[in-house]
Amino acid sequence: MASPGIQAATHRRKDIPMRLTLHQRQIIWAYVFMSVALVFFVVIRWYPTILAFNVSFRDWNVFEGSGPWVGLENYQEIWQDAGKPRSSVTAAFSNTVRYVLFGVPTQLVLALAIALLLAQIRRLSALYRVAYFAPYVTSAVAVAFVWNWLYQPETGLINQALDIVGLPQQPFTKSPSQALPSITAVAVWQNLGFAVIIFLAGIQQIPAHYYEAARIDGANAWQLFWRITLPLLNPIIVYLTVLGTISYLRLFALVQNMSPQGTGGPLKSTTTVVLEVYREGFSSYKMGYAGALTVLLFFLILLITIIQLRFFSRRVEY
Amino acid sequence: MKRSKRFTILGVLLISILLLAACPAPAAPAQEQAAESASDMAAAADEVIEIEYWQYNFAARVDAMDQLIAQFEEANPNIKVIHNADIPYAEFRDKIAASVPAGVGPDVATLFYGWQSAWIDSGYLVPLPEDAFPPAMVSEEFSPMVQASFVDGTLYTLPTAVRALALFYNRDLMEAAGLDPNSPPATLDELQDQAVACTQRDDDGDLVVQGFVADPSAQDHHWFREVLVRQFGGVPYTDDYSQVLYNDDAGLQAWNYLLSFHTELATGDRDLFDGSTNAFVGGHVCFHVDGSFRLGTIANNNPDMNFGVTELPEHNGVKSTFGSYWTHGLTKKAAADQARFDASVKFLQFITSADAGALWVDIVGELPAQLEAGSNPELLADEKLGAFAAGLEYSHATFFADESQQRQAIIDSFDMVVLTDEDPAAALQIAADADQEVLDDFWSSR
Repeated sequence: MASPGIQAATHRRKDIPMRLTLHQRQIIWAYVFMSVALVFFVVIRWYPTILAFNVSFRDWNVFEGSGPWVGLENYQEIWQDAGKPRSSVTAAFSNTVRYVLFGVPTQLVLALAIALLLAQIRRLSALYRVAYFAPYVTSAVAVAFVWNWLYQPETGLINQALDIVGLPQQPFTKSPSQALPSITAVAVWQNLGFAVIIFLAGIQQIPAHYYEAARIDGANAWQLFWRITLPLLNPIIVYLTVLGTISYLRLFALVQNMSPQGTGGPLKSTTTVVLEVYREGFSSYKMGYAGALTVLLFFLILLITIIQLRFFSRRVEY
Repeated sequence: MKRSKRFTILGVLLISILLLAACPAPAAPAQEQAAESASDMAAAADEVIEIEYWQYNFAARVDAMDQLIAQFEEANPNIKVIHNADIPYAEFRDKIAASVPAGVGPDVATLFYGWQSAWIDSGYLVPLPEDAFPPAMVSEEFSPMVQASFVDGTLYTLPTAVRALALFYNRDLMEAAGLDPNSPPATLDELQDQAVACTQRDDDGDLVVQGFVADPSAQDHHWFREVLVRQFGGVPYTDDYSQVLYNDDAGLQAWNYLLSFHTELATGDRDLFDGSTNAFVGGHVCFHVDGSFRLGTIANNNPDMNFGVTELPEHNGVKSTFGSYWTHGLTKKAAADQARFDASVKFLQFITSADAGALWVDIVGELPAQLEAGSNPELLADEKLGAFAAGLEYSHATFFADESQQRQAIIDSFDMVVLTDEDPAAALQIAADADQEVLDDFWSSR
């Protein structure tokens, strides 16, 4: 009945006789050290998360820190609001989905292309990696401010460049049709570095003899990419897709700082679910409503993540 | 392996129990502490009572309030006022909201009058006691716009100072355009004419000097509602501010007037220089509607700008301006303890006195809320403040159910016309509908 795992463990234990007590001590110390992080997660992350569920079923009063139980009333209100013309809720959900659909694929394709190029470079490779990674560690607010200047009409760098090459000026974040792609572009630019580094790590893990063998068999560069690189990067692609999707579903800081007055405009064209949560909660003090939106977003993220993990994860063995 | 697995389970259980036990703990001590200190204070009523006062961080306001507190503490040695003004404007509401469930926060808080409804609805503000603040006294001695502090006939807050809108004009730009800087626009028609005359474009047609920038996300949404609508013969809302009325003929004329600067006259573009206010402060705009609080911004950021301030242009012989104010309220934290409440009432009386208003105008540049101090001839003659002071007697403060949403309604409709070529009348109706929905939401729950 012994499973291979237990066999392996027994085997290891025989090699090092002191392992058991040391192991016990290690476990205890591991928990001691982990408890610091655990306390943080429980108090700062999990407790508020559970509280948000509770709040979403109440007519929560932000100043009293409590409120009567109203069941699904907040959810009904969201449903009714979603049916109204020019509804913020509908705009928030459809924009959020659009950010994901524009952002995630662009980010993956660009990051993979850059990682493939960087993998070829030997000289100054660290410098390039830092250059691509820098935006990722920069505060979103700082990024938003810099890009706001770049996007400025007439005086902005991009519009001046367009002027020089004789192309018409663009309104970017000031136009309802261009604002969302403009902000998505900044989000892609910001997140690119992370994806590039992960892809690079993945590319370097692919054993070189696969390529050698394939070349001997007469495969061209295109075939090497499609038959070896891409399939073996699948776990990384899945990981980055899931992580990227979650980050676009939670987009907030860039929109808050790049849309006019942080309202998700012009004309609600850039608002996101998280931005609406913030506006409902902290400017209209409708905490129950904001809580219900949070719960809906939670389930949306959960659903999309499960679907992605189920459909995109497949093991590739060579 | 089995043993180590047992250890793992044991460890997880132990930590979960520890955490569960610790979970409600952070909330409890804070409440206990608050209750303890409250009862301590009640027991020692003749000893020093500490009250807490909060406002957002704005250097001049902090300075003025520090001086007022020093005066107050000297006159009332048994009351100590803790002044918290460390919170940036953008976070002020969040911080207040977060402080309350934790059992800390202000006894007396300064808030924008437009937030009052939300704060009252959530039970955070308590009515001001009538014996200390008789409604008749407030109606008589305070600027008429302070009526917005009454909700359903109950007074909730009172300000030290008020602000009004006036017309700022850049004298150098006027002169460069051949206009006389000593006769800025006095009527709406003159404003249109002079704005057109003052606008300069380069060879590519790009704006170099903007005559007037219509920008509802700055002060122009107020200018539209409380000034333009009235000047074209309408009223923005019913007297109790429960019904939108600006979606009539007069309202549409006012709306078209505001839009004209952007559509037909093209005297400015609000997207340049990050909005009309920054553009004016930077010296790129000839005429600009703004409040007295902007004097400080200009003094800090562009002190050499040669500008003047005059009363808002009139139309059809009607003068009007929008008034607004930062106002002080008593919180339910103050109301929880009689001694502290009494001390807070005393403090509120002190900072809303005419003397406090006179000190405030010198340091902050906002006008005294008390008419006596506001109609001071010296103030009226002031080159910059005079125009605002003159506006106080014909000012209107909109009663907001939700200031940010009601403002957004106007901004969105303006955007619809400017960005998506919506018909102005249809867009105005959409703004009115959105505004009315906010009002209905507010009044139906009362």
